[in-house]
Amino acid sequence: MDIDLILRVYPYFLEAAVVTVELSVLTILLGLICGALGAAARLSRFSFVRFLGAAYVSVFRGTPALIQLFILYFGGPQIGIQLDAFEAGVIGLGVNIGAYMTETMRGAIISVDHGQAEAARTLGLSRVQAFQKVVLPQAMRLMIRPLGVNINAQIKGTALVAAISVVELTYTAQRYIGSTYKPFEMFLLAGVLYLIIITITGKFISYLDRRVRLP
Amino acid sequence: MTDTPFVQIRHAQKAYGELEVLKDISLTVERGEIVAIIGPSGSGKSTLLRAINDLDPLTSGEVILEGVQVNKQLPHRQYEKHINEMRQQIGMVFQHFNLFPHLTVRENVTMAPKLLKGLSSADADKLAEEQLAHVGMSERIDYYPSQLSGGQKQRVAIARALAMKPKLMLFDEATSALDPELVEEVNLVMKKLAEEHMTMIIVTHEMDFAASVCDRVIFMDGGVVVEEGPPSVVFQNPTQERTQNFLRKHLAQYAEGAK
Repeated sequence: MDIDLILRVYPYFLEAAVVTVELSVLTILLGLICGALGAAARLSRFSFVRFLGAAYVSVFRGTPALIQLFILYFGGPQIGIQLDAFEAGVIGLGVNIGAYMTETMRGAIISVDHGQAEAARTLGLSRVQAFQKVVLPQAMRLMIRPLGVNINAQIKGTALVAAISVVELTYTAQRYIGSTYKPFEMFLLAGVLYLIIITITGKFISYLDRRVRLP
Repeated sequence: MTDTPFVQIRHAQKAYGELEVLKDISLTVERGEIVAIIGPSGSGKSTLLRAINDLDPLTSGEVILEGVQVNKQLPHRQYEKHINEMRQQIGMVFQHFNLFPHLTVRENVTMAPKLLKGLSSADADKLAEEQLAHVGMSERIDYYPSQLSGGQKQRVAIARALAMKPKLMLFDEATSALDPELVEEVNLVMKKLAEEHMTMIIVTHEMDFAASVCDRVIFMDGGVVVEEGPPSVVFQNPTQERTQNFLRKHLAQYAEGAK
């Protein structure tokens, strides 16, 4: 293993890791928004809205994220959507992970015992109040860990945007392989940096989960 | 409107498809009256109770509280507003307590009064202290529900309902989920309410409690009221064969359980 090479190139990888973190943060934020909207749609009183939510989930979970990304980035200009690679990466992957988060959030919400909403309604709370004050706070606690799984997948999933030439970790590794012919060292270095990002995120999620845990 | 009954159920009927759970039930409850509804499981007694605050809406028929129809047919928004106002006047206690696990005992009691009656935190706290003292739960005011026994949870649930100052209290098998040694503490609280002349409709399996506390017992079977009357009559001299059979079976089980 060429340690000297690793020491020489790692600063560039760190810069690329920052881009990976940015991509992760933005796609996860967008995913959470899409997930909340998707879950609200899936649980709507109106069957048409429920259908829209279900369609969103099945389309985005039923096709490869890479295809979705290609349609948006390469196919977009054909129908008048002009995005640079980074924007396309954030939107494409954010909407994609949102479909998974929809199901996570919906699952957490419906696993709160129905008696909870019933007790709240019996006191005279409206549907919205019962949801905000009673169901949601309990569902939020239930969804932290499963959302952590989605987030973990998404961080690794940002590697896909290398395919549309966003200069993040995976793309950077590939680029240095072109000039150094050392795929082992380059991919290993990228892998270690992913591992660090994921480990820190995992710790943060565990911390959050512990903080809001009930006695 | 002195001649209007306090609670009036008129021609209550409920069906799930082919299955008729309530078959044209009519009954009235006077102010301050304590009524027990007994009967085998599947007799429709819980469904009837849950129809009173429209938690399980009737297929047809009316529930009227002090001359105001509870289960009005209204457009969605208007219905929501109406039913929330009605439910504030009707307290309900569930078999499984349904305390809010993410809130402390105090917060369980203060949430609805703060949210719906605009009580300040100080006033709501005072109210919670009063209501919890009433059910003997003052010491646990800052505990979470998971830190309480079943009997304690149920007493808090009663305090939570009472904090809305309801006119009517519904009890849906309030002691059925409790360990036998915890039943008494909840019964005592209910007896206390009875002495204070709270109007109560109580679905129960506890014949002793029904006999000692209630003014009237309603025996339901197969979605109809088979027999009703003062406990002394229904328990000691039931006229209907179905009532006799039910009580015999129930007493046998009770004797079995006591061994």
